[in-house]
Amino acid sequence: MKQPLTLAGIAAGALVVLLILGSVVAVALRAERGAGLGAADWAALRFTLWQAALSAVFSVALAIPVARALARRRFRGRGLLITLLGAPFILPVIVAVLGLIMVFGRAGLLNDGLAALGLPAVSIYGAWGVLLAHVFFNLPLATRMILQGWVDIPAERFRLAAALGMGPAAQFRLIELPMLARVVPGAALVVFLICTTSFAVALTLGGGPRATTIELAIYQAFRFDFDLGRAALLALLQLGVTLAAALVALRVAAPEAMGAGLDRPVQRWGLPGPVVDTLAITLATLFLVLPMVALAARGLPHLANMPPEVWAAAWRSVVVALGSAVLTIALALPLAVAVGRLRPRAARGLEVAGMLGIAASPLVIGTGLFIVSYPFIAPDRLALPVTALVNAVMALPFALRLLVPAVARVESDYGRLAASLGLSGFAWLRLVLLPRITRPLGFATGLAAALSMGDLGVVALFADAEAATLPLQMYRLMGAYRMQDAAAAALLLLALSLAAFWIFDRGGRADADA
Amino acid sequence: MLTLERLRLTREDFALDADLAIPQGARVAILGPSGAGKSTLLAAIGGFLSPRSGRILWDGKDITGAEPAARPVATIFQDNNLFPHLTALRNVALGLDPTGRLSATTRDRALAALRDVGLDGFADRKPGALSGGQQSRVTLARAMLQDKPILLLDEPFSALGPAMKAEMIDLVLRVAEERGLTVLMISHDPADALRLGGLSLVVADGVAHPPRPTTELMDDPPPALRDYLAR
Amino acid sequence: MKPHALLALGLMAAPAMAQDRPVLTVYTYDSFVAEWGPGPQIEDAFEAECGCDLQFTAAGDGAELLARIRLEGERSEADVVLGLDTNLTAAAKETGLFTDSGVSDVAWDLPIAWDDPTFVPYDWGYFAFVHDAGFDAPGSFRALAESDTSILIQDPRSSTPGLGLLLWVEAAYGDEAGVIWDGLADNIVTVTKGWSEAYGLFLEGEADMVLSYTTSPAYHLIAEDDDSKEAARFEEGHYLQIEVAGALAASDQPDLAQDFLAFLATDAAQSVLPTTNWMYPAKTPEGGLPEGFETLIQPDEALLIPEAEVPAVRDAALETWRSALSQ
Repeated sequence: MKQPLTLAGIAAGALVVLLILGSVVAVALRAERGAGLGAADWAALRFTLWQAALSAVFSVALAIPVARALARRRFRGRGLLITLLGAPFILPVIVAVLGLIMVFGRAGLLNDGLAALGLPAVSIYGAWGVLLAHVFFNLPLATRMILQGWVDIPAERFRLAAALGMGPAAQFRLIELPMLARVVPGAALVVFLICTTSFAVALTLGGGPRATTIELAIYQAFRFDFDLGRAALLALLQLGVTLAAALVALRVAAPEAMGAGLDRPVQRWGLPGPVVDTLAITLATLFLVLPMVALAARGLPHLANMPPEVWAAAWRSVVVALGSAVLTIALALPLAVAVGRLRPRAARGLEVAGMLGIAASPLVIGTGLFIVSYPFIAPDRLALPVTALVNAVMALPFALRLLVPAVARVESDYGRLAASLGLSGFAWLRLVLLPRITRPLGFATGLAAALSMGDLGVVALFADAEAATLPLQMYRLMGAYRMQDAAAAALLLLALSLAAFWIFDRGGRADADA
Repeated sequence: MLTLERLRLTREDFALDADLAIPQGARVAILGPSGAGKSTLLAAIGGFLSPRSGRILWDGKDITGAEPAARPVATIFQDNNLFPHLTALRNVALGLDPTGRLSATTRDRALAALRDVGLDGFADRKPGALSGGQQSRVTLARAMLQDKPILLLDEPFSALGPAMKAEMIDLVLRVAEERGLTVLMISHDPADALRLGGLSLVVADGVAHPPRPTTELMDDPPPALRDYLAR
Repeated sequence: MKPHALLALGLMAAPAMAQDRPVLTVYTYDSFVAEWGPGPQIEDAFEAECGCDLQFTAAGDGAELLARIRLEGERSEADVVLGLDTNLTAAAKETGLFTDSGVSDVAWDLPIAWDDPTFVPYDWGYFAFVHDAGFDAPGSFRALAESDTSILIQDPRSSTPGLGLLLWVEAAYGDEAGVIWDGLADNIVTVTKGWSEAYGLFLEGEADMVLSYTTSPAYHLIAEDDDSKEAARFEEGHYLQIEVAGALAASDQPDLAQDFLAFLATDAAQSVLPTTNWMYPAKTPEGGLPEGFETLIQPDEALLIPEAEVPAVRDAALETWRSALSQ
């Protein structure tokens, strides 16, 4: 029987729901006084939705030409570029913001260039700054999702189009547009959901209290007002938005896996000249890579002199990242199997449960876990395991988006054969499922590890002196005026995140047979 | 005796009725136009589709609700018959031990089965490194080891050339002969049915008709088959 | 051992168990316990005389520290809380979790008189705008508002200096605070979550001035041998931040907790603070201030809203701030 995996999947879904809703309930029950939601909170909701919607639209609109260019051109370094595309997404917010400032800020490269040309300076602050940063974070993700749509178009369609003498415009209308109609709404909704929990980016680049998001309002309720009731209400509001959007996302056929086969360009005939594609790839690369190069250049000279504690923190972060990646997969794999086997309604419910983490407030989860665990164990002893767990729940939606379609494909290709042979349970897992999904599995593991590595998350709430992770240590360095050491720590963090991502992603590819 | 007792199979906008019996050791070609429900019929016998009503019996024993692996049936599908990441040997060994363990006995028997289908020395190749005909042989070797009295073939050889296909059908016949198997094979090609000898079962217009001797059927085809054969 | 068991062990940050010595648990903010912060030196110095094991637990910043103590209530492991400031002490006392410090008769070197029975001050500083040397900085909020000087500030809802600025403008201008904020709105480049972000942006050249402390230039001067940073002196006076520690009533080590609070006023602790926390010591140690501190600006007037008034003033000031900057 394959039943044990399905049951494990249902249990994983229940665990996630329990963790997220349970922590909200724990916070609400601990509330002393409640002011309820005020006008400012509703304004925060409006701003949150507005900036998330615009960020999604811009990220996806800009991702389409980039994905198309990547889909149909071959060039040296294409594989490396696609790996690098993962980088902004896994950067800690503060690092990414500083990187953007070095390029687009008042004294950044862009304005230096404009000044040299005698042109007026542009400002990164305000609504455009928020959008710029969110596009920086999410353009790569949107590109990868849409690129997958392109790669999944059977080559025969383009062959047929060429045989019929279709020009690029007709190919776009008849082949590519229907694919985009299927893939783009899902990609946009994923970006939308990610942006709904934005806090530091929106505030720092938004230029003031206009740019107050729900997450900031939660933080304020917790830290400034110590109004746990309002914090819980706001967290529920945020989850409600996620839930609604996630249901829509699943209905409009969210995009397929973004792991498999991206290194294979789509074979095309009768392409237009390469000018547009070259421009799209060059601009996207500059936009995404320049801030990282600027960060690296800032940190490199100081890498050797970093305090030894930073290295200790780096080691701790690596352990947490690995633990978090293992946990993510342990949750995602049975969930993906169960989603494929349950009746459609139950499957959708389970998938939504797995998606909840995308917009759960880390602060509320952390506080809730703190309240629940406090009577039993000193919270600082739990700092790292809790960080790993919360990071795993946050990474779960991305792992699910990768694994659900991959597992479904294996089930549809080999489910009958396995059933007729009596292959089931762990034999099925070991002999068929795992070997058939190494690519998306490697990609998901790498993504989870990298996301966890860069996340400041809940560790700050629990940590004692000896349990600082690398992002926390970097933040401490900044807080002690030691910006150069912090830049070096940021570089180390960037390198470790990329390395974790790259190793797992490659590991998944190495063994993949036809 | 394989009995389909007032069987009714449904998919979204499609229904198929079957009320027939196939004697043990028979070799039955399943003929009929595309979309008539040939594969649906095999899926029901193989255990991949629950009938709306009716029963499936083998030797008088009701197997309608049994798991695919618990049925007296080995199936060779149209495609995806082999796991591409496993060697021919391991693929074949799964017919004996679905936990994937490779004991010395399992190994010896799997190697013998490969030898039997003419694949001596190919044990360590993965399917990607085998020709279409060789892949079919590996699948057949595994079906032999499953040691089930009924062998279902869902057009597994349609991608092979005529000579190769004839060769494979002969191999199936030899194996069936040796083991007294009951064979049901879907085909588009009347030549396959004739080569298989024995009976033919026509699926058309929502009904699976009881099998009749193939030669007799070809000499005097019923209307549905006549249209299909374009005679 | 199985791999996952190893992993679990690796994740468990088991603090070194002290044999036989009583444990004093001190909750503090995050930057205090960093290896380059005051924590390690203070721990060594106190352990040398107390025969105990001093353990720090860190939680975010001062406000998060208070939130955590409120969450834990009387069951808290903490014996001492170190890192609240004068803007939080009223709320802290209201919890009823703190007890008398037992520290009195200390000749504090604070700009104001200190006679609080509960909280012991350990360092202090003035908020100020920091700029590059040579920049012609405005000398008051009014001058700043009229100038085109660009500034970076922190959000009062998420940051201690941000709240300090809010109360600074409030203390200096009272009912006119809203007018000042209206005037400042076009000077503000952006509002960051915390001090680190704002200071980082300032060092990247994003604004002419950043909200920080009068002591900030001392860091650059002493630690980096860089005299290029200065604080602007405002004629309205500068708002004061006094950082304090207090003992918890439910402590199982009340004597040790009082010893520690008393220890904070000694030279052994006070001499550590200026060059690790980059603040003025609450009681100037025997050897005086470190070389370089004499170059810092001295405000004409120290502003401080009495702690009891802070909660009400704070909420009203936040509304003023929000509506002025949300235009």
